[in-house]
This record gives sequence, C-alpha cells and structure tokens, in this order.
Amino acid sequence: MWKKTIPVSIAFAVGLFMALQFFVPHRHVQSVVEEINRWTSLIWCAALILGTLSLAKHLSLKIKAKKEGWGYAVIAMISMIATTVIGFYTGIEQGTLFMRIYEFILAPLEATTFSLLAFYIASAAFRAFRARNAEATLLLIAAILIMIGRVPIGHAISEVIPQISDFILDYPNTAAKRGIMMGVGLGMISTALKIILGIERGYLGDK
Amino acid sequence: MLPVYAQDVKAPDSGALEKEPGSEEKADLPGAGLDVPSADEAQTTPPIPSPPLIDRPLPLNLRAEDVPNDGGWAIRLLWDKFPDGDIAAAVTNYEVLRKRGAGDDWEKVGEIKAESGKYADSHILAKDNKPEHFVIDGAQYSYKLRIIEDPAKESEIVSAVSEGQWLNTDHTIVLIATLLYVALVVFFIQRAKHGPKMYVRPIPGINAVEDAVGRATEMGKPVLYVPGIGVIEEIATLAAMTILSPIAEKVAEYGTPLLVPNRDPVVYSIAQEVVRQAYIKVGKPDAYVDDNIFFLSGRQFAYAAGVAGIMMREKPATNFFFGAFYAESLILAETGAATGAIQIAGTDQVTQLPFFIAACDYTLLGEELYAASAYLSGDPILVGSLKALDYAKILIFALMGSGFVAGLFGWSGILNLMKLN
Repeated sequence: MWKKTIPVSIAFAVGLFMALQFFVPHRHVQSVVEEINRWTSLIWCAALILGTLSLAKHLSLKIKAKKEGWGYAVIAMISMIATTVIGFYTGIEQGTLFMRIYEFILAPLEATTFSLLAFYIASAAFRAFRARNAEATLLLIAAILIMIGRVPIGHAISEVIPQISDFILDYPNTAAKRGIMMGVGLGMISTALKIILGIERGYLGDK
Repeated sequence: MLPVYAQDVKAPDSGALEKEPGSEEKADLPGAGLDVPSADEAQTTPPIPSPPLIDRPLPLNLRAEDVPNDGGWAIRLLWDKFPDGDIAAAVTNYEVLRKRGAGDDWEKVGEIKAESGKYADSHILAKDNKPEHFVIDGAQYSYKLRIIEDPAKESEIVSAVSEGQWLNTDHTIVLIATLLYVALVVFFIQRAKHGPKMYVRPIPGINAVEDAVGRATEMGKPVLYVPGIGVIEEIATLAAMTILSPIAEKVAEYGTPLLVPNRDPVVYSIAQEVVRQAYIKVGKPDAYVDDNIFFLSGRQFAYAAGVAGIMMREKPATNFFFGAFYAESLILAETGAATGAIQIAGTDQVTQLPFFIAACDYTLLGEELYAASAYLSGDPILVGSLKALDYAKILIFALMGSGFVAGLFGWSGILNLMKLN
C-alpha cells in the first residue's frame, strides 16, 4: 500500500488537478497551483541535500579506492566544499568572492565546454555526410546546398542556391519537424494520462 | 479629431507637447508650460496669455467590463482606437480614476496613453501592491478618464463588476480535443484488456536494447544510462524513468554494472528507487550498488563534462541516452562514439535529434521515446495506448486536410472553428 497505492493515488489526484487547472483560470484554483509550485521548489531543495551527499559519497569512494582519475575527484571535492563555505561566509551578492568564482571560473569553464561543440559538430558531420547509400547521398547533397546557401559565397555562385536552401528549410525540413512535434505532443498527453491513471508505474520502479 | 492650433503642432515626436506621465504636478503649477520672459524682457514685452496648444481628445465610446477568462480581481476599460496619424491623440495621456461606493472619493489608479485604447485595472498593477488598492470581485467600480495635460476635461463615468471565471473559453477547443483523445486512449486500453493482441511495428532501437546490454555483459564493462538534463516535471524525463526500469531489470539479470549519473536531484532520487526496485524484482537485491546511481552536477555543461569523463575513464560498452537533452547532446554522444560504445538515444527535443542520429547507433524519434516503455514491458494495456496515438494522428491528418480544403474554398466557419485564441 505505501509503495504503490498511496503514490499512485497522489499522482492521480495531483495530475488530474494540474491538467484541469489549465482550463480553469479562477484565482482560487490558480492560488493552489502557485502553492504546489512552491512545494515543488521545497522538494527540490530537500532533494538537493540528498544529491550533494550522493556526490560527496561518490567522490570519497573514488578517492579512497584511488580509482582512475581520482585526482579529479579531489579537485571536485575541494571545489564543492570551498564554494559552499565561501557562499555561506561572503553571501552571494554581486561583487562577493562567491560571485567572482562564478563569473571568472565556473562561467568560463562552462563556455569552454560549450565551445567544444564546434569540434564535435565537425566530427559528427564528417560521419553523417559520408555517401554510403542513396539516402546518405541525398542528405549530403541537401546539407551542402543548405550550408552554401546560408553564406555569402552561395549568393556569389548563384542566386538559385540560397533559394534552394530556403526551400529545403521551409518545406521538407519544417514538415518533418512538425510531424515529429505532433507525435511528441500526442505522446506527451498519452504518457501523462497513463501516469495519472496509474497504468504506467515505471517511475515507481514498477511495471 | 483635428487639432485646433495645428500650426503649433510638431508631433508626433514632439517632446515639447507630450509630457511624461507623472509630470502632471509640474504642469499644474501656475505658469507651467509658458515661455516666461526674463526681467528685462518683461519691461518691454507684455505677457501673452498661452492658449491651449492642442485640442486633446477624450475617449470615444468608453466602456468598462470584467476581464474575460481571468482569475478575477480585474476590470478593463476599453475605448475606440483613434485613427492612425491622429496627432492630438498621440500626445494625450489619461489619468485613470476609480471609485468604489457612492460616498467614496475618486482615486487615481494609473495612467495610460490615449492611443492605447485600453487599460486593465488589475491587482497585479495595483498601487504599491497593497490589497486596499485591489479590485475586489463582486463590488461595483466606477471609472472615468481625465486628460493629464488638460485636467478640466474628463470622460463620462462607466461602471463594471469583476468576477473570476471557472472556464477559460479561449481553451475550449483544446479541452474538446483533449477529452476526445483521452476517450480514445481509454477505449483502446479497454480493448487491449479484453480483445486480441495488437500489432505494433517493431522499432529497431528498442529491439537493440537487449543486445546492447548483452554486449556490455560479454565485454565485462558497465552500462551507462543518461536520463537527460530535464526535471521530473518533464514528460521526457518521466519516460526516461519508465524506460530505466526494464533496462535495469535486464542489467540486473545479466549481472552487469549500471551507472546512472543525474543532473537533477529529484530525478536522482527517483532513478535510485527505480533501479533498486528492478534489482529486487529480479531477485538480486544484494547486487544493487547504491553508489552507481549518483547526482553529478546541477549545471548543464558541468554535467556534460562529468558524463564525458565517466565515458573516457570507465569505458562503458553501452550508452543509453533517454530523456530531455539540449546543447550537451552532441558532447555526450560524440564522446560515447569515440570510446567505441554502442549507443541508443531517444529524445523529444526535435533540434537535438539530428545530433543523436549522427552520433548514435539507434535513435528513438520523438514519440518513440514515450512508446519505448510499452514495447519493453510488452504490457497489452500500454500497447493499447499506442494504438490510440496512431488513431489520433489519423484524426489530426483528417482535420488538416479539411482545413486545407476549407482554406481553398474560403469556408471561414470551419477555419474559425479550428482557430486558437
């Protein structure tokens, strides 16, 4: 009962309420929605404590066992503890050491990781655009036309190339995207319904 | 409406004529807006009385009404739009005055440009956000507009009562479509319970799951399951959790380690429970390693870097990417491809699908992600819901076709029926 009936009942009640609230604008209903959203934030904060403990445990075990790359675990552990202590000590306002760590260490590191995408795109494109069969050749031709059509040299070669590029993006590409999005929309409703009705219980570790 | 002293008008961009809202106190001072001569000039030049520069218009057809399809505590004022190019309207601002009871005084609740044609008196915009300034449901409020630049001119008084609505009529068509679809899903679930077994086309990516886990077992390497970076409220993340369950069961059966790094702490807690239950279900609770399902980082690219690091160090033989993925998708998939792992991905993010298709061995496209748990479990009830999805698509195509025909022949009735507000 505690493992299945009660969680499924809560999911049914809250899921149904949240689905219906989309159609009911009355403030009595919307104030409950706001309250539920506040609860969600609280649950997230509580879960963050569990998450941080999990990460600390994971890193400690790695350091203790001196697993491959344990040095990185030491750096991660020191960074986590130091940032937390500094955050509590100095506060998180603009200009504090905590915010400087964010601006001058974390943000550049994230930007660097994001920038790596350029190389990954190049290697993925190389793999995707190999003309192995008729479909891959078609993809290759379409990709070349689109890429050339989006840069000035495309206009310089021929005014037709940008037009073909726009056509591919506006019609076949948009049609395929919309087709997938329609399926996604229906799939979302279907999955939500299965969860609300308790048919789909995989998220509880149950089939 | 034509300006009386058109020769004085430099508008529409005339800053001299148009005063900023809030400057009315200055304008009310004696002599304000006059070209005051210096002491020397005053001796030679007699003061000239300043005529009104422009005949500023009052609102035409002013009316007050409850804001439709809202939660209450709001009344809106509407008046006819002034014609384009009406310079007098362009440089006129109104002060919105409100009164609740007959004995109450008029209070200013806001200011608005004359050409806007509407004003919403809502608790969101209430003065100082204090409840005493809120519009309360059920009470009658009277309104009038006063021209800020010419305070002697006021509109007629209009009244309205605010109330909250229990049904958003703008969403009626969505409600009907949702109810239809829900009925379709329930019908096919019932049919699946009692009827013959339904055929569902095989999806290569799902069929490959067992082989992928088997490969990891043979190689003696772990299986990596990445549930995306979405939060648990996202349906894709919920789908990722439901797929995790049968995969964890297979992994537990084969005795292969399963690594599940998480970005969201709530998803982490749920993933841990899902995997634990899977191990219990196959009768191997002792084989469950709590530390293999862990929280990595709440930051998108820190998480991506962490997962990429795991791939490079642990060299998992199989990588699963199911859930909501964004810019980190290619970082993960390309790193996995570089390690030689077999990769199966599935996401509902249309923009990330090409990256997964390029870098993974199998990719579940959009709705296939939601269908995966039904395929993997083989539960006829879950499979029945997939049929409903197919029939709903047929219905949508039929509607699109009818919209196309209606557009061609100009049947606006059908087109208006499909329109969303």
